[in-house]
Amino acid sequence: MVLFCKIDDVNSSLVSVSVMPILVSHFNPRPKMRLLVQKSLFSIAKCTRTPTSNTVGKFNRHRGLCTSPDPHTKVCIVGGGPAGFYTAQHIVKGRPDVQVDVYERLPVPFGLVRFGVAPDHPEVKNVINTFTQTAQHERCRFLGNVTVGKDVSVEELRRAYHAVVLSYGAEGNRSMGVPGEHLSGVYSAKDFVGWYNGLPYNKELRPDLSHDTAVILGQGNVALDVARILLAPLDMLKTTDITQVALDALAGSQVRRVLIVGRRGPMQVACTIKELREMVNLPGTQPDLLTEDFHGVQEALKELARPRKRLTELMLKALQEQGARQGDRKWGFRFLRGPLEVLPTPDGTRAAAIRLALNRLEGSGEGARAVPTGEVEEVPCGIVISSIGYKSLPIDPAVPFDPRKAIVPNNMGRVQDNTGLYCSGWVKTGPTGVIATTMNNSFDTGRVVLQDLDSGAVDLTEAKPGLQGIAPLLEKRGTAARAGAYRDFS
Amino acid sequence: MSKRVCLQSILSVQKACLWGVLSGLGFQSARHQLHLLPRRQISRCSQLFNASQHNSSTTPKVLVHFVNQDGVKSSVTVSEGETLLDVVINKNLDISGFGACEGTLACSTCHLVFEEDVFDRLEPMVDEEVDMLDLAYGVTKTSRLGCQVTVEGWMDGMTVYVPQDVKDQREISKGSK
Repeated sequence: MVLFCKIDDVNSSLVSVSVMPILVSHFNPRPKMRLLVQKSLFSIAKCTRTPTSNTVGKFNRHRGLCTSPDPHTKVCIVGGGPAGFYTAQHIVKGRPDVQVDVYERLPVPFGLVRFGVAPDHPEVKNVINTFTQTAQHERCRFLGNVTVGKDVSVEELRRAYHAVVLSYGAEGNRSMGVPGEHLSGVYSAKDFVGWYNGLPYNKELRPDLSHDTAVILGQGNVALDVARILLAPLDMLKTTDITQVALDALAGSQVRRVLIVGRRGPMQVACTIKELREMVNLPGTQPDLLTEDFHGVQEALKELARPRKRLTELMLKALQEQGARQGDRKWGFRFLRGPLEVLPTPDGTRAAAIRLALNRLEGSGEGARAVPTGEVEEVPCGIVISSIGYKSLPIDPAVPFDPRKAIVPNNMGRVQDNTGLYCSGWVKTGPTGVIATTMNNSFDTGRVVLQDLDSGAVDLTEAKPGLQGIAPLLEKRGTAARAGAYRDFS
Repeated sequence: MSKRVCLQSILSVQKACLWGVLSGLGFQSARHQLHLLPRRQISRCSQLFNASQHNSSTTPKVLVHFVNQDGVKSSVTVSEGETLLDVVINKNLDISGFGACEGTLACSTCHLVFEEDVFDRLEPMVDEEVDMLDLAYGVTKTSRLGCQVTVEGWMDGMTVYVPQDVKDQREISKGSK
């Protein structure tokens, strides 16, 4: 199944007939989510413009993909998440003669905005409106269900397009590398998030929530999202677009305490203040912080820059007020601890506890290093969730990749030694930052692409076929026929 | 289910209209409780409200200058009571990526830099606005989020700047002096 959706040229009956059943069966979204999906698909489908030309080949004739005359400059973007759409937005706006095609592995667009952002953060998902506008632009197309690197190679894309931008994000996750991490009851935060957000790959995760304590390793915003979802009152979750499967599982959850573990101290915590504030204010919960973890922190406050200072002050406030709050569920940071081993139950089948190494800090501030003191601690827990970071993976042997930093090596978005090849988003910078960070970094790449197109650094004298060069390859390889939707489109 | 959704949307629109009326009448404190309402609903209602005011020719008009990322200045005449995010959207100003979360305090993309004397007179910030500004790109001592600043009569003639990278920011300050 390849979804060649021209987000405003597709015939509506095709979309509703061929896409909706697939979406509903794959994602099993809850009613609100389903509405969102329907809304975006109907906006995809709403234009009923009749294709006008029958001289531009099978693709264009059937789906009205062609604007006349065909834009000369062809740019393709690999990955339909926020980085891809922000890059597309900048490029489409920057040149009147450019056609931008966004290829995406999933059938639906918007990547982590749809499958990463927590269900209780619907306001962040408003960015989808801007992306939809970009996708509806007459010189932009969304091409779903195409796995670049498998269905089509980067080399083939480079032959068909003047410029190729890699914005495929960070689909891997860093592993803890400790014994026991493959035991049952140990999950990656990435899979857990995918599960409660309805990502098809994580549909079968079925986490066992019949335990009192969950330990999350890592203290970034994803860790706090997971902690919040595990502890949030069910009535609160019911108002979100969390999947029904996750809601049912959370309704039977026995989790009463979530410990969020980090190698370094409170002044190095990776989350941002919004997520911490939500944790502090979460109804029915109380903080469970250790006074000794905050030794010397009050004194160091005045040296900190405003963002770090406010974040630290909020933690101190939570510490001071923790006895006063009511709630049968607890959350707490555990600082200066790193995982050594996940310990199994006596029968060896699943996680029973985690052994942590105690650390001390060497140096101070953001660059402080955690050094083991030699002491260890065991924390009984039936659930371990590793949230120590996402990681980009190589997409194609022909594309340079830095395995240590897990990014595509680049200079301001230009991929090293590869004229006409660019990157944006997490594959360019590494997997950190909020939506504004990705927006700015994608606009920066868009700017660089436009500069190279304008300056002649990328050769535009040669005509490139764009999608018309790629479509026959997909058809020949059967990608197109995999699930039928593509046949409907063509 | 559709009935329930419909009812919810009617309720939320009513709430938003209430906001529009209150803010239009100058009840600024109301925004602090209702600041998480979706901006689009708010602006739709405030447009209706402003339109009725416009008919009676009583809406004072305020001149505001915007300098975008590329240093290009646009001058617009706007109504009191609109937020600066509303202004950018309604006047279709050319500022890439502005207001990604649509005024729900979930991002920092409507970040604007004010002149010091104007900044000092603005309504105080709520914690949630500072939370987002702490993550903003090129934040300064006189930064605010455009979605949280409502145009008032005394702002007539002010200039607001879209932050740029460090080099461009320096050029802006040079240019404005």
